[in-house]
Amino acid sequence: MPNPMLQFEIKRFVKLDLFGLDASFTNSSLFMVIAVFLISLLTIWGMRGRALVPTRMQSVAEISYEFVANMVRDNVGSAGQKYFPFVFSLFMFVLFTNMLGMMPYSFTVTSHIIVTFALAAIVFIGVTIIGFAKHGLGFLKILVPSGVPAMLLPMLVVIELISYFTRPLSLSVRLFANMMAGHAMLKVFGAFVVGLGLIGGWAPLAFMVAFTGLEILVAFLQAYVFAILSCIYLNDALHMHH
Amino acid sequence: MPQFELQDFAPQLIWLTISFVALYFIMARVALPRIATVIEERRDRIASDLDQAEQLKQKTDAAIAAYEEALATARAKALGIAQETREALAAEVDAEKARAEKQIAEKTAEAEKRIAESKSDALTHINEVAGEVAGAIIKELIDAKASKSEVNQAVSKALVN
Repeated sequence: MPNPMLQFEIKRFVKLDLFGLDASFTNSSLFMVIAVFLISLLTIWGMRGRALVPTRMQSVAEISYEFVANMVRDNVGSAGQKYFPFVFSLFMFVLFTNMLGMMPYSFTVTSHIIVTFALAAIVFIGVTIIGFAKHGLGFLKILVPSGVPAMLLPMLVVIELISYFTRPLSLSVRLFANMMAGHAMLKVFGAFVVGLGLIGGWAPLAFMVAFTGLEILVAFLQAYVFAILSCIYLNDALHMHH
Repeated sequence: MPQFELQDFAPQLIWLTISFVALYFIMARVALPRIATVIEERRDRIASDLDQAEQLKQKTDAAIAAYEEALATARAKALGIAQETREALAAEVDAEKARAEKQIAEKTAEAEKRIAESKSDALTHINEVAGEVAGAIIKELIDAKASKSEVNQAVSKALVN
């Protein structure tokens, strides 16, 4: 049986060096660039008509825009308007890399913990900076729950602190684990189809068809979850409703 | 697991930075403002269209009101004219009727007078005829000659009885 983890291997296409760091153009890089290209294609080329009655492409671009705009408005409010381009980029990037991964022989950028962790870290660091910039040291009050007996406070502050610092971890592991598990599963069942041949291969094949549908749902859902959690963290930093 | 190959971290992070920063700037500077403009324009257009529709509706309502008012006035006028005509006609008919009745009454009176005249005329003639017949009968029956005045007197007496 082929190794189901083989699909996650990084392959260097062009070896590059940047100030002593390995900056090789890999299969991962290729799919990041493709994702950026496709998102730009959708949002710029798709909107080229600027039609009053949109074409299909323009409709998709506008729906994406409205979807993320509503997400930001509902979860962060008007103060979040400034961060809308970032949330939109984040959502579209995760969505497109997830979806591109669903194509056979492609590579899933978000199946690597380092990528999802980097994205989560940007959100975490950004949100923390915004919180301190807006509230100064008062932002630390986010760690102190209100209406709790003083006795319990030290313990709760520690718990809040841990929960605050595990945010980027949970955010990144959720996406990475979902993507990796789904793709590994598809690979395993794909191997079953081949292994059982024409006689017994139908059952895992039928399962795979259904599972592919589920994976497409997961690809969208995880992008949505990633974006909406970023919005919620941003809202915490801006408004400190705890 | 290929995910934990440390030497693969650097190229992924570098290319993630490059592509994500590029995406962010393309979205923030070019794509999103364009989409926002198009959506805004559509919203404005719809609002202005609705506005115009509202104005046109108000105009229509005003026109309908004016039409109905004109119709009501015309109807009232028509009713007035009909009433007037009816009254005028009734008066004329009454006058005509009165005249005709008067004429009929006159003619009736005249006819009655004539009938009374004829009647009295006829009555005087009957006396005369009866007198003559009585004279002739007397002459034939008893061969006596009665004077005319005597006969007439007797006839008148008999006729009255």
